[in-house]
Amino acid sequence: MKTTRSGVSEKANACESRRYAVAKSHRERVGLVLVAVALMAFVLASAGTAWVRITNFAVLFVLLSLGLNIVVGFAGLLDLGYIAFYAVGAYVYALLASPHFGLHLPFWIILPIGAAVACLAGIVLGAPTLRLRGDYLAIVTLGFGEIVRIFMNNLSSPVNLTNGPKGINRIDPFQIGPLKFSASDTFGSLIFSGPIKYYYFLLLVLLAVIVINRRLQDSRIGRAWVAIREDEIAAKAGGINTRNIKLLAFAMGASFGGIAGGMFAAIQGFVSPESFILNESIMVLAMVVLGGMGNIWGVIAGAALLSFVPELLRYTVEPAQRALFGKLLVDPEVLRMLVFGLALVLTMRFRPAGLWPETRHRRELNEGRV
Amino acid sequence: MDILLQQIINGLTTGSVYAVVALGYTMVYGVIQLINFAHGEVVMIGAMVAFSVITALAGSNLPPLVIVLAGVMAAVPACMLMGFLLERVAYRPLRHAPRLAPLITAIGMSIILQHLALLVWGRNPLAFPQIIDNRVFGIGGAAISSVQIAIILMSLAMMAGLSWFVYRTRFGIAIRATAENVHVAGLMGVNADRVIAATFIIGAGLGAVAGVMYGSYYGIAHYTMGFNLGLKAFSAAVLGGIGNIAGAMLGGILLGLVEALGTGYVGELTDLCTWPMAHGWLGERCADGGHFVLFGSNYQDVFAFLTLILVLVFRPSGLLGERVSERA
Repeated sequence: MKTTRSGVSEKANACESRRYAVAKSHRERVGLVLVAVALMAFVLASAGTAWVRITNFAVLFVLLSLGLNIVVGFAGLLDLGYIAFYAVGAYVYALLASPHFGLHLPFWIILPIGAAVACLAGIVLGAPTLRLRGDYLAIVTLGFGEIVRIFMNNLSSPVNLTNGPKGINRIDPFQIGPLKFSASDTFGSLIFSGPIKYYYFLLLVLLAVIVINRRLQDSRIGRAWVAIREDEIAAKAGGINTRNIKLLAFAMGASFGGIAGGMFAAIQGFVSPESFILNESIMVLAMVVLGGMGNIWGVIAGAALLSFVPELLRYTVEPAQRALFGKLLVDPEVLRMLVFGLALVLTMRFRPAGLWPETRHRRELNEGRV
Repeated sequence: MDILLQQIINGLTTGSVYAVVALGYTMVYGVIQLINFAHGEVVMIGAMVAFSVITALAGSNLPPLVIVLAGVMAAVPACMLMGFLLERVAYRPLRHAPRLAPLITAIGMSIILQHLALLVWGRNPLAFPQIIDNRVFGIGGAAISSVQIAIILMSLAMMAGLSWFVYRTRFGIAIRATAENVHVAGLMGVNADRVIAATFIIGAGLGAVAGVMYGSYYGIAHYTMGFNLGLKAFSAAVLGGIGNIAGAMLGGILLGLVEALGTGYVGELTDLCTWPMAHGWLGERCADGGHFVLFGSNYQDVFAFLTLILVLVFRPSGLLGERVSERA
């Protein structure tokens, strides 16, 4: 009796210490990843500022995908017009910090305003569509996204609000005190160019968004979303206010999109309706699905992959053709898109649940299919 | 009055093209609940193939009607083959995959088809040769061209033919049974694989004809034309209740009419200068017959989507739809 008891406690002890070790090594690994990511800017900068810029846009798309993941991945609401919220955020920033209206508010005021307006847009979209399901919801969100874009394209008359298809340019970059994000600064021997500063800012935002997402996922709200995704009627019967929780998913996803949009406007310095076409919504959805819906890390991986692969192809397709055939056979831009399409098809063929799926989601999605 | 009639004629023309394309979406959706996003591209390829054939034959001495028919005859089998390959290569391996996986595949296929067309037919819009003498008839102050008449009649004929096929033939029964329940249909001896392939092939064939009609109506074919057309047609299918064949026809025609009428009247209706109460604060701008138009005809696409949203808000499964899919 005594021996077994001590045996049990020994086992428990060993277990405890192993868990401690795991937690410690986990923390170390996270720390290492953070340091690596923080230093990456300089590695990229040595490859050319263009790559820092590309990375910045990739981070923006990661932010967008994480926002869409709340709607599609967590709550299971198929949204094909997500780019509209990105557009709203971008236009709010552009209107409040450019010569267009002569307003020049600082970014830390505009970004929350942009998030709030996008959040409102999310509720406007969510409220009338609460009864819709599946593909019907998909087409309504798609229509919403197109309507937003068409309005931005045409609201240049009779009163010039958005400057129409020409878009708004000379948008103010970020500025914190004397630190301008548009110019280069030198600290000792380190050169911080504009894109590098944005990179660090984006990293901070990304970190915050990841933490928020992680906390959301395991919270009461996150579990309510999953419950609705799995079975809305059962969730309702279980005491979840499905209306509010669904609206919350739309609103939260939209706010993240709005923040990303504001940063996009500042980084790019120019916005026009052309950046917010349906194809962009589809691309963000592809990032979420390809990476693995519902799994934050999968979504990040998917977004990073789909942002970088086309750029890498841009730089490799042409030299590869010259090396193989001695001349250009196919327009590199076309070939790039062909390879990209093929990559989408093949990934889904061999990893239909995404590259890095959430286990629970995979099980649930497999039901109800022919 | 003549504007009304004219817009109705124009709306019926585009609406019947939408309806024929929408049939392709709705049939596929009916049997496997898949939004075949690449269908618009199939329609585009149809228009492109027909363009090539018609241009090649345009110089010959054949009568114009024969040349156009030859174009259609080339486009239909080409598209049918493509529909078949799409299903076989892209969608069939994913039939038991998670619900959104085939959607991404469809997007991928759509990108591939679009850029293949770009490689073959180039980046510039192609002008359809005007070989048929396009006569215009006047009715009640409005004009209708022979191309419009041909499009409307041909669409009606195709819809009638499809209805007959689905509701009056043995294979049609198999299609409807599969749409009802794949497993039970299988138990009754229906070969589900064949039915699914057939819906893709039929949809693609109809789409090819629609592509030719669209191309000859607007006189232009372009490698991106499938996207917008597909979007509208898909909206039409959802409007009518996706999966429902009569719904797709109704939705298509309705969408065409709404678009045409909306575009025709919105400028007049939202011209604030015609509103007595707005005169006060718009004084100078309205003087000398000035206008203060809030929304002009450039909002064309907004009507289509707004109608769609409004209809779905009040009838969440479309005008004629019954089934509501359970989850996204």
